[in-house]
Amino acid sequence: MSGVVTVFKRELRSYFATPVAYVFIVIFLILSGAFTFYLGNFYERGQADLQPFFNFHPWLYLFLVPAVSMRLWAEERKSGTIELLLTLPVTMWQAVFGKFLAAWAFIAIALVLTFPIWITVNYLGSPDNGVIFASYIGSLLMAGAFLAIGSCISASTRNQVIAFILTVVICFLLLLAGFPLVLDAFRAIAPQGVVDAVSGLSFLTHFTSISKGVIDLRDLIYFLLMIGVWLYANAVVIDYKKAA
Amino acid sequence: MAPARPFFTTVNRTMIETRQLCKRYGDLVAVDGISFRVEPGQVLGFLGPNGAGKSTTMKMLAGFLAPTSGSASVGGFDVEKQPLEAKRVLGYLPEGAPSYGEMTVHEFLEFIADVRGLKGDLRDRRLDDTIARLHLERVLEQPVDTLSKGFKRRVGLAQAILHDPAVLILDEPTDGLDPNQKHEVRTLINAMSRDKTIIVSTHLLEEVHAVCTRAIIIAAGRILADATPAELEARSRYHQAVSLTADNVNAAKDALARVADVASIEVDPQDNRITAFPKPGRSIFVAVSNALTSQGVAVRELALEGGRLDEVFRTITLGAIGKEART
Repeated sequence: MSGVVTVFKRELRSYFATPVAYVFIVIFLILSGAFTFYLGNFYERGQADLQPFFNFHPWLYLFLVPAVSMRLWAEERKSGTIELLLTLPVTMWQAVFGKFLAAWAFIAIALVLTFPIWITVNYLGSPDNGVIFASYIGSLLMAGAFLAIGSCISASTRNQVIAFILTVVICFLLLLAGFPLVLDAFRAIAPQGVVDAVSGLSFLTHFTSISKGVIDLRDLIYFLLMIGVWLYANAVVIDYKKAA
Repeated sequence: MAPARPFFTTVNRTMIETRQLCKRYGDLVAVDGISFRVEPGQVLGFLGPNGAGKSTTMKMLAGFLAPTSGSASVGGFDVEKQPLEAKRVLGYLPEGAPSYGEMTVHEFLEFIADVRGLKGDLRDRRLDDTIARLHLERVLEQPVDTLSKGFKRRVGLAQAILHDPAVLILDEPTDGLDPNQKHEVRTLINAMSRDKTIIVSTHLLEEVHAVCTRAIIIAAGRILADATPAELEARSRYHQAVSLTADNVNAAKDALARVADVASIEVDPQDNRITAFPKPGRSIFVAVSNALTSQGVAVRELALEGGRLDEVFRTITLGAIGKEART
């Protein structure tokens, strides 16, 4: 456990040692605000909830989370520190998990900093804060799933740009797994069972149900399983690619 | 006073051992059945041309790469079955001395101290001692990225020795350092060698002289020689040869030719330096010096050759590579 904490602390601190963290947070806050007010018609709707705010999160994450995750392992591989890290007395799991948690905590910080919008909506009306809380949880879980994918992809290359683009593409496909764009492609080649399974993988479906205020165990398990599977793949990829 | 470490001070406990260690990448055999043991107090020099398998062997010992077959242990712990225990005993400097560039030297060393589980007084003592040994005081608050190559290398070394490990594996510790820095690092290794087991890889042969008590030459993934530096030098044809410079080269050559035990004479076309090689097992220095005096040859300088490591190195490794190419 202490290995996880040490790796976590180092990684989180490294975000703030460079301008990356500040640029990310500022852009995240500006974009989430702009989307909410201009595209989401926050005022015009005349409803005291944060639906227009959370609706854009999947699309914001699609580009911003890969920007956070792309450096996780690609940079370690490029600079050779991966050899240092993995010859220190920490297990592969502690390293993978510590780094992932640091990136997740970083996004959580950015998410917490959106609190003014929560204050605003409470000032303007009386929203259901339970729903808002659930939406925040759902948003964070979804970010975690994106991150786990990004972390795994990042481990497979030493080029951060490649890591970014591949992660965006995979996340995009998973976001839209329940939509015709992806499903039609599967319908042509796979039986109905597979098509149903793929549609069940959609990030959007699971996120939408949480952001309605219902934290269903199935949605929770879906996101945690997603994180677990991709992090497992992450460790396998590192082990496999070490020799190269 | 050195802290009491009864566990590691037991003499003759094999601290590093490899048994038929192999590493294959597809068809390429990087390390091909390497077996050796290193005892405390020994500084083992790993020599070999680039791509010989030095780094791969070290990476397997450090637990970074898994062997294809065979086994290795560090401090008595199998690197595959008890990796954490083995890594705790070991200080490892990877090739190129990587470290986290955006951290300051101080932050980086504190991170290493955390990972190594150093706490309280011991932690402070080890940090102070390591920083002082590698003269890092001046750059403590600088990000590693902004440091010169020499300092980066020293930060890497500091990281490796921070927890006062019983076993040190250093992959090219002096690569890229200037002569003064090289000297400092060698002094450091010598100072630590008494109670530690150390492996140093290098392709600088002078380094073998300066720090190693034993040298292993590998090429194409196999051990070609395992001996002390002196024994290796004795394999050189320059071993016990006498070289000299004289004003009258021909007179000197004539005088040398009369010495019974001289097998052959060579003159370096560049600086006219004459080298006389003895017959096997013979010593010719006294005879040569007497012959020159009695013939009245004016000699500007006269030296007994100990043997040239670079020549031994070339003979051994080129021989192996040639064989490899033929098969």
